[in-house]
Amino acid sequence: MFGYYLELAMRSMKRNRVLTALMVVAVALGIGSCMTTLTVLHVLSGDPMPGKSQNLYTPQIDPRAMDGYVEDGPMLDQVTWIDGMNLLRSKRGEHQALMTGGAMTVQPSDGSIDPFYANSRYTTADFFPMFAIPLLYGRAWNASDDEARTRVAVISSELNDKLFHGEDSTGKSIRIHGTDMRIVGVIGDWRPTPHFYDLNMGDFANTEDVFVPLSVARELLLPRSGSIDCWGPGGSAEESLEKASCVWLQFWVQLDSPAKAAEYRQFLLHYVQEQKALGRFERPARVELFNVMQWMDYKQVVPGDVKLQTLLAMGFFLVCLVNTVGLMLAKFMRRSVEVGVRRALGASRRAVFAQLLTEAGIIGLMGGLLGLMLAMAGLVLVRAQPAQYASLAHLDMEMLVLTMVLAIVATVLAGVLPAWRACQIAPALQLKTQ
Amino acid sequence: MQIKPILAALRRHKAGTILIALQIALTLAIVCNALFIIQERVSRLSRTTGMDESNVIAIANRYVGPATVFGPTIKTDLAAIRNMAGVEDAYATNSYPLRNGGWSMGVRLIPDAKKEITSTTLYFVDDHALRTLGVKLIEGRNFNAGEVIMLDPRKSTALPQVIITKALAQKLFADGKSLGKTIYLSQEGKPSTVIGVVEKLQVPWVGTWAGSFDQHAVLLPATLDANYQNFLVRARPGQQEAVLKALPKLLIDTNRMRVIPEEGGVRSFEDVRRRAYETDRGMAILMGIVCAVLLAITAAGIVGLSSFWVGQRRKQIGVRRALGATKGDILSYFMTENFLIALGGVIVGSALAYGMNQWLLEQFEMQRLSLVYVITGVVALLLLGQAAVLAPALRASRVSPVEATRSV
Repeated sequence: MFGYYLELAMRSMKRNRVLTALMVVAVALGIGSCMTTLTVLHVLSGDPMPGKSQNLYTPQIDPRAMDGYVEDGPMLDQVTWIDGMNLLRSKRGEHQALMTGGAMTVQPSDGSIDPFYANSRYTTADFFPMFAIPLLYGRAWNASDDEARTRVAVISSELNDKLFHGEDSTGKSIRIHGTDMRIVGVIGDWRPTPHFYDLNMGDFANTEDVFVPLSVARELLLPRSGSIDCWGPGGSAEESLEKASCVWLQFWVQLDSPAKAAEYRQFLLHYVQEQKALGRFERPARVELFNVMQWMDYKQVVPGDVKLQTLLAMGFFLVCLVNTVGLMLAKFMRRSVEVGVRRALGASRRAVFAQLLTEAGIIGLMGGLLGLMLAMAGLVLVRAQPAQYASLAHLDMEMLVLTMVLAIVATVLAGVLPAWRACQIAPALQLKTQ
Repeated sequence: MQIKPILAALRRHKAGTILIALQIALTLAIVCNALFIIQERVSRLSRTTGMDESNVIAIANRYVGPATVFGPTIKTDLAAIRNMAGVEDAYATNSYPLRNGGWSMGVRLIPDAKKEITSTTLYFVDDHALRTLGVKLIEGRNFNAGEVIMLDPRKSTALPQVIITKALAQKLFADGKSLGKTIYLSQEGKPSTVIGVVEKLQVPWVGTWAGSFDQHAVLLPATLDANYQNFLVRARPGQQEAVLKALPKLLIDTNRMRVIPEEGGVRSFEDVRRRAYETDRGMAILMGIVCAVLLAITAAGIVGLSSFWVGQRRKQIGVRRALGATKGDILSYFMTENFLIALGGVIVGSALAYGMNQWLLEQFEMQRLSLVYVITGVVALLLLGQAAVLAPALRASRVSPVEATRSV
């Protein structure tokens, strides 16, 4: 029966080429624009650490002086050296790491390559196991390297390709900021999007090229970048940042269950109260503990323009659908005579309804296919944009399936009203007027 | 006129009527808001910087190696650039308009005031800056070479002499007279005296967050002693292209221990501007395309449904014609019918447009929709409806009275 409906649908579409084309194009434009913007939104609001993000937390405490205190005002996004070290040493989580970012010069031993700048991360050892970073060669450093300030580095595979032509470079040395460091590991394919662990580097920044123990970075005073927020008296001189009342480090902790997270929150609160008792903190005790997705949400990582574009595309799609309903109504009603004949020959209302909906579904399918092509073209345009996230905009399987399902479901729904109207036609009346 | 029979007829085509009206309403709401966003973006990206932007080149440069003092290196570089063929002048700075990255600071008139009066950007420059930028000094004097110092960026930023923009002067002093007056750029209480006022100079940021102080700039006579420097170069008229090509080699020849990014390291100011407003322009273009396509689809929808109605009513039209209605009567019947539907649509659409704008301004940084856009949208959609229905209506008017006698 379905085959017969298909044949009828094809015949009817051929009869009204312009109208059919108009409907298909309208559905395709709506679907295409929706999919382009939804894909960008999907990529940008994606989970940077699928399967792990719910267990990774960053705490917020407020060590500032009472000056400028606002009740329930925003807290600081980073931690001071003292608090960071205290939290690190308390070892309350499965893993915890204290880190900050920077950019350093790399002076290749190969004279044919000019010195260049590489983004770097100064972190404690747990960074690697906590974020489950895949290593192509070698291993990460460990806590005793942190203690001993061993001059070791882990580099990205891109840097490894550039300097060592992709060969196993562990054991070789790399000259960074005028100091030789021994490479112990090369990171494989790892680019969490967004760059959740330090948004100061740019929400969608690329993964750093060089990783060095935080203790070494501080000893050598490696150039730091990112944000620093200071208060009270005392400067923010680079040499004495450990003592300064400035926040400039990110702290992440892995807590494997909600119960542990609740426990950790209690621990944080105790810590803040203790610091208040010691006179180090002045503000009323308050703590926050965000997991990765809550953090992305809190920091409003998805750009407003992208949301605006998505809304616009949805509005656009809605108009296209209303348009399709109108055109389908015209098309189905124009076939009153045909419907009348079929009904008179014994076709039930249901059969007529099903046949008309099949026709709507086919229009949806064609619109979906054309829309998919438009979405792909749209994404090529998005990737040509200068934004940091542009290169990430690719259609994945999930969105591909969603496109087709959305196109067909939406058009079939759009076909319901016209089809229902068409099967209300009294067959006798139609036959009589002929 | 014949409004009553039209309304009576429309009652028999409720679904189609409502669909067209709904489509017009949604289109109006989206188009109004989109036009408004376009206007917002266009007005943002057509702001001027206060500079004479032609023939200016910007260089992003980072010194590498173990050096910790950069004064002599910067001086050597500047001398080399200024001596280049085709170069009029050059200076080193921390930032410049449209760079999208720089230094912002609160300004006070009383040193220990808790709250600053306004924010400003700090441009660390030398005595060559005004000439290189091409900004107009309207009061006071330029810095002289003796006033320019090397400054450790981690130390205090307050310097004894500063040049400020007219907009900042007007914000700080009620009468706008700032020459010789004292302002405070840090909480440490070190005063700065205004020695000159420039007509206009924009801040480095183009985003809305800097919108409240986008013309507030303070020029300070110092070069930051840091490994990161921006050089701004003014080429002689007609020489920009040649200077742009020759600069990277000259700098590398002067001193190899540096990094100039391959992309965006040396660029013309036209490039700087294009880059700064790329997303705004992209958004405006996208909105424009959406508006155009949306209007086209709505027009096509009207043509489709109206044609169907004409086809459906051929007999009735024939009867009317046979009873003496002229071609013009038939034409005006369909035109009026469409006008009535569109009128209903735009009334609902105007309300929708305001509702949508209300919601958008709660979610995003936007302003209230002005009436002009709604009126423009209403007129545009009414005209669009009339234009779209014209062809089907003309076809209807050509239906011959004989049709009345056909069939049956």
